[in-house]
Amino acid sequence: MTRELLTGNGAAAWGARLANVDYVPAFPITPQTEIIERLGAWFESGEAPGRMVTFESEHSMITAAGAAAATGVRVFTATSSQGLLYGMEMLYTVAGWRAPFVLVNVSRGLATPVTLESDHDDVLAARDCGFLQIHCATCQEVLDGVLLAYRLAEHERVRLPAIVNLDGFHLSFTREPVEIPAPEVARRFLPDFDPGAIRFRASKPISQAVAVLGGGPYSYFRYEMHRAAEEALAVYDEVEEGLARELGRRMPVVEAYRIEDAEIAFVMIGSFATKAMAAVDRLRESGVRVGLVRPRLLRPWPGDALRRALARVRGVCVIDQNLSLGRGGVLYAELAASLYGRPDAPVLVSFVGGLGGRDICPEEFFEMASVTREAVASGRAPEPRLLYTARELREVRKLQSVALAERHETAPGASRRGGR
Amino acid sequence: MSENVYRRMTDLPSTHLLGGGTAMCAGCGGLQALHQIYDVMGEKTIFVNAAGCMTLLSIYPFTPFRGSWLYTSMASAPAGAQGVRDALDILREKGRIAAEDDLGVVVLTGDGAAYGMGLSSTSAAIDRGLDFLYLCYDNEGYGNTGQQSSAATPHAAHTATATGPSGHTGFKKDLFGLWVANRPRYAATVIGAEPLDLARKIEKAGRHSGPRLVLALAPCPTGWDFDPADTVEIGRLAVRTGIFPLKEYEDGRVVHTRVRRPRLPVEEYLERQGRFAHLFEPVRQQAVLDAIQARVDAYWAAVE
Repeated sequence: MTRELLTGNGAAAWGARLANVDYVPAFPITPQTEIIERLGAWFESGEAPGRMVTFESEHSMITAAGAAAATGVRVFTATSSQGLLYGMEMLYTVAGWRAPFVLVNVSRGLATPVTLESDHDDVLAARDCGFLQIHCATCQEVLDGVLLAYRLAEHERVRLPAIVNLDGFHLSFTREPVEIPAPEVARRFLPDFDPGAIRFRASKPISQAVAVLGGGPYSYFRYEMHRAAEEALAVYDEVEEGLARELGRRMPVVEAYRIEDAEIAFVMIGSFATKAMAAVDRLRESGVRVGLVRPRLLRPWPGDALRRALARVRGVCVIDQNLSLGRGGVLYAELAASLYGRPDAPVLVSFVGGLGGRDICPEEFFEMASVTREAVASGRAPEPRLLYTARELREVRKLQSVALAERHETAPGASRRGGR
Repeated sequence: MSENVYRRMTDLPSTHLLGGGTAMCAGCGGLQALHQIYDVMGEKTIFVNAAGCMTLLSIYPFTPFRGSWLYTSMASAPAGAQGVRDALDILREKGRIAAEDDLGVVVLTGDGAAYGMGLSSTSAAIDRGLDFLYLCYDNEGYGNTGQQSSAATPHAAHTATATGPSGHTGFKKDLFGLWVANRPRYAATVIGAEPLDLARKIEKAGRHSGPRLVLALAPCPTGWDFDPADTVEIGRLAVRTGIFPLKEYEDGRVVHTRVRRPRLPVEEYLERQGRFAHLFEPVRQQAVLDAIQARVDAYWAAVE
């Protein structure tokens, strides 16, 4: 075991290397590219065995990933944002092949407008495709999460591909100390891939991904996938025990921070949850009994574990770094569905923020905690709120005034209007 | 290079590998070609399929293939072929499968994917020198959805989306030319109505490794509007009128494998198909017929 300063992207590449991956179909996209560059360099130098092939699109890349996994090799791939959406048809398609592999998504906001910076709209667009989803908050979790994802995805009771998600920039380009397990330790935790009966061989022909006629067989196979995904909840706990045993680190399905005596809790995913932890500490210093609950697994949805973690809080502040346009925060709606009908269900307050790389600052956490406590006191949740400051609005107004001035100046006949 | 094993019709395989009872239409020229191609290629094959008519060959739990099958999507079958090929190579290198368990990788695609949505992934597979056979059954339209115009639709043909007196205003894209421009290992046009020519080309394609195109014109009774009994005759006319040149590309050269002199007038091919009926009735569109003939003549003038 060594301890190194690694970016989130570097940690993802190390995870793939320690998983001893055979095959990496690749396509560059910011902020993911560093992952495939590192793996490519290791394969070139012979430091790690493996083959990388660069495709012409993510749609093709994900097709090849599924096809290679269905042929019986261990596959790793990575993308971000528009790339994940460009490959969306194939995410749904290859999940049904029941040929497990791991895809690291480095989260980045979606067009329009175009941005390179992070939020979770990309990975949540892939919420229902059949891929399992593990969400990371630290670079260590990224490395461990990749190894864990293989164990989970390849498990005979699951056999579904998995996405490991990390935030663009905030994690992808941030160096943190990361413990890199020795190859033999990683191997003890994650042995070679056993493709079982799902593989192409001349002596054992199979037909994969064939058409069905009618809703009966269609529903059967879709239900099978759903149940396999649900099964991944129980398998996760087993696998996580193994991780603790072999690697000495825990990654419970739901992370609970200072929740034991908490009156209210923040709920969020990803690297900004570490900001929430800092806010929890500050709020605790001023006497507010607050904690943080962070689901690592979003698919399958750990409803029971979340209900347990939130069993004693009276108010929950859900912070979504995503926006389902015309609906609001996705986590909020999912959590509401899990808590609805419970006799002593906490009041749920929804905030959307941190889109496209926007920060969520300590004062905003304090304000959100305050609003949530008021909701507990009054028993009434306020309308969902979109985090935005007067200062930000003023900055946008400045940009708009520049755009407007340009429009006036370049309009036909603008010079004749002289002094405008 | 050794002499081709298919010298006369009696040399063609007498055992047939592709099962019957599939969902293809009666008289399907694509299925006719696939039967013959599969017999020559043999069963150590995986068909990686792009969305199209032939996606319906394998409907759970039935398949007409003795080998393997992987349906992918409309756009990315060559990428699926790459994944399978690479994985088989890795397994061979690492000694995880025996040599006799290896498979020939074949993309099976219609013209809708091949001439349009699938071009990007196909071009990239050629760039990477992928060892695969790309088999396009070309029925000159989006046949599986009811024969709408595709980039493979010939000029003036009626389709479900070109129903006016002019028919399809575009011109059939030169897929063979697109491939050849990228210097594949091998490329050929075939048709089920010329089984000996087809078998020779498939045998030859099998001897090469690298990107290989087999473009099969697939007379389509439902899409082209002719009696299913006439599939072979329509196919022969496509060759004898010169509208579908049989040719192959190898080692940097294109060779025409069936050169008919004199060629039959292209009208003899067109008038047998309902999709061209508007060129003859209610009024004969002589200018259009002349233009189609002139394009065929110009093609052969350049060849000869």
